[in-house]
Amino acid sequence: MGKKILLEHAEVPGIQGYEVYREKGGYRSVEKALKTMSAEQVVEEVKTSGVRGRGGAGFPAGMKWSFLAKPEGVPRYLVCNADESEPGTFKDRYLMSKIPHLLIEGMITASYALGANTSYIYIRGEYYYLIGILEKAIEEAYANGWLGKNILGTDFSHDLYVHPGAGAYICGEETALLESLEGKRGNPRMKPPFPAVKGLYDCPTVVNNVETIAAVVPIINDGGEAYANIGIGRSTGTKLISASGHIKKPGVYEVEMGLPVEEFIYSDEYCGGILNDKKLKAVVAGGSSVPILPADLILTTANGEPRLMSYESLSDGGFQTGTMLGSGGFIVMDETTNIAKNLYNFTRFYHHESCGQCSPCREGTAWMEKILHKVLAGKGSMEDIDLLWDIQTKIDGNTICPLGEAASWPVASAIRHFRQDFEELVKNPAGLDETRYYYHCNNINPEVA
Amino acid sequence: MSTEEIKFSEESLALVKKTIAKYPEGRQKSALLPILHLAQAEFDGWLSVPVMDYVASLLDIQPIEVYEVASFYSMFNLKPVGKCILEVCHTSSCWLRGADDIVDHISNKLNIKVGETTADGMFTLKTVECLGSCGSAPMLMCGSQYHEHLTFEKVDGLIDNLRNENKRTTYLDEVKVENY
Ligand SMILES: Cc1cc2nc3c(=O)[nH]c(=O)nc-3n(C[C@H](O)[C@H](O)[C@H](O)COP(=O)(O)O)c2cc1C
Ligand code: FES
Repeated sequence: MGKKILLEHAEVPGIQGYEVYREKGGYRSVEKALKTMSAEQVVEEVKTSGVRGRGGAGFPAGMKWSFLAKPEGVPRYLVCNADESEPGTFKDRYLMSKIPHLLIEGMITASYALGANTSYIYIRGEYYYLIGILEKAIEEAYANGWLGKNILGTDFSHDLYVHPGAGAYICGEETALLESLEGKRGNPRMKPPFPAVKGLYDCPTVVNNVETIAAVVPIINDGGEAYANIGIGRSTGTKLISASGHIKKPGVYEVEMGLPVEEFIYSDEYCGGILNDKKLKAVVAGGSSVPILPADLILTTANGEPRLMSYESLSDGGFQTGTMLGSGGFIVMDETTNIAKNLYNFTRFYHHESCGQCSPCREGTAWMEKILHKVLAGKGSMEDIDLLWDIQTKIDGNTICPLGEAASWPVASAIRHFRQDFEELVKNPAGLDETRYYYHCNNINPEVA
Repeated sequence: MSTEEIKFSEESLALVKKTIAKYPEGRQKSALLPILHLAQAEFDGWLSVPVMDYVASLLDIQPIEVYEVASFYSMFNLKPVGKCILEVCHTSSCWLRGADDIVDHISNKLNIKVGETTADGMFTLKTVECLGSCGSAPMLMCGSQYHEHLTFEKVDGLIDNLRNENKRTTYLDEVKVENY
């Protein structure tokens, strides 16, 4: 069994409630931090742990915290990113519904470290039912003295609120999230200034993913060094992987960084192998935005080393032969999948979710979707494949936020590794159905038209 | 409907006040999304212009600030919808596990296309992007409730149940969390 430090108690009956959570050692990190450590020491401990942001970008959390500006008399904010909209990712939902107090505890300890007296959990609107669960946990935390004024008799006071989104992938991007939290459209901001200097209400702000904040709890309980000893190299700790697609056992798995990908896919402890014992064709390892890899390259690197679940190993070979750990949304496709069809699905998604601020993204995602639709309708040509390639190169790097890259990389990697799937559709148009794949049009506008 | 006729219940007004209090003074606009959710749930499942104007007045902001937000987010409906919106996820993980067949099945059964509402005003069929339930694919959301590991039989049973209950479902409905 792999080491579990976040989900260790997730299956304990009653762990959703305060009593059982506390019995299992809950809220110790708050006690330890507030009573025996300075805020700076907590930040140092998180730095030592080497934990990297679990929202997708993998930026070291301790370093991000140490960048937080601290002007006199200006409030600072911690905002938890629970927007979780990257296709293939459902770990935050799992964590929040199974063990909500872990997130609340992490928020309090992290807020103490950052000197934030108010913090928000921004949760996607479709998770409305989870707000009830989180608010109940927050209420229990207030009732037991972990939130509110002068926590544990110290001079640290902290209020915590949950804020719902309303259906927009882009609001997972941290500056769009802050706009949305201010009651606006989710248009990403230009950076700099970074949120650490000018974030929520123009105040210094840290935005962290649910899983990153939850990891603060074991880091403070057991020390940063103990955390850094788990995992491999600069990929410290454990990672929650959301496994879906053509596998026998879809679900959320906590894996120690460094687990071989092959073991993750085929062992009964994790995915249990490919559905109906078919052959593996491709994997999107870190949510829809990361490059798709064919079976041979996801199992071993171009140098023939076994591929491991870690930031470094998954990105080994760059975009030519590698990918990224991303959000840990692990989508598996069997031999029957046509990758061009799957790409149409992703492209439709990015077109729908582009906020529309930057022309390359707004127009480019629309063109890519249209071209792929044409190919899927049996009306494509070989030039269309080259045109697709060309368009993605013109979005990549030319937008305010990384949604542009997120839309480009799947296209580039699908053509790079699976050109034959596109050609097959172009050469054999018989049986392709024009109407079947054109569902999105009603969703361009939020009204149901 | 004129603006005068539109007013939240006392209970909702108390919730509006409580929501605004979560944000710093002068930042009441932050409460816009939660209050639009509340308004949509209370006023027939969609946001009409008078409803949006009412929300603007509650938050002391311009109506345009509400329109531009309501039109940005896909959970807000700007036209009347059925009592129950069947929102089928059609993104990759669900598509790999048969989401298109679920959409076709509902479409045939209810005799409506995606985006349409049944003549009796009971159901609207909508396709949506990944709802964070990819491991339980295929799935759909109705109101606040996720329905996962869908089969045609499950969908048929759900539609029968909803028809018998004959109630409007909203995102704010309380949910019994199934064994996840
Ligand atoms: C288009 C887009 C969508 C994103 N969606 C999410 C998301 O749903 N959840 C998340 O935690 N981070 C998301 N991110 C990353 C955030 O911008 C940010 O890096 C992250 O919340 C920081 O937290 P971390 O350092 O703990 O990972 C997204 C980024 C982009 C560009
Ligand atoms: S792809 Fe359908 S819930 Fe994620």
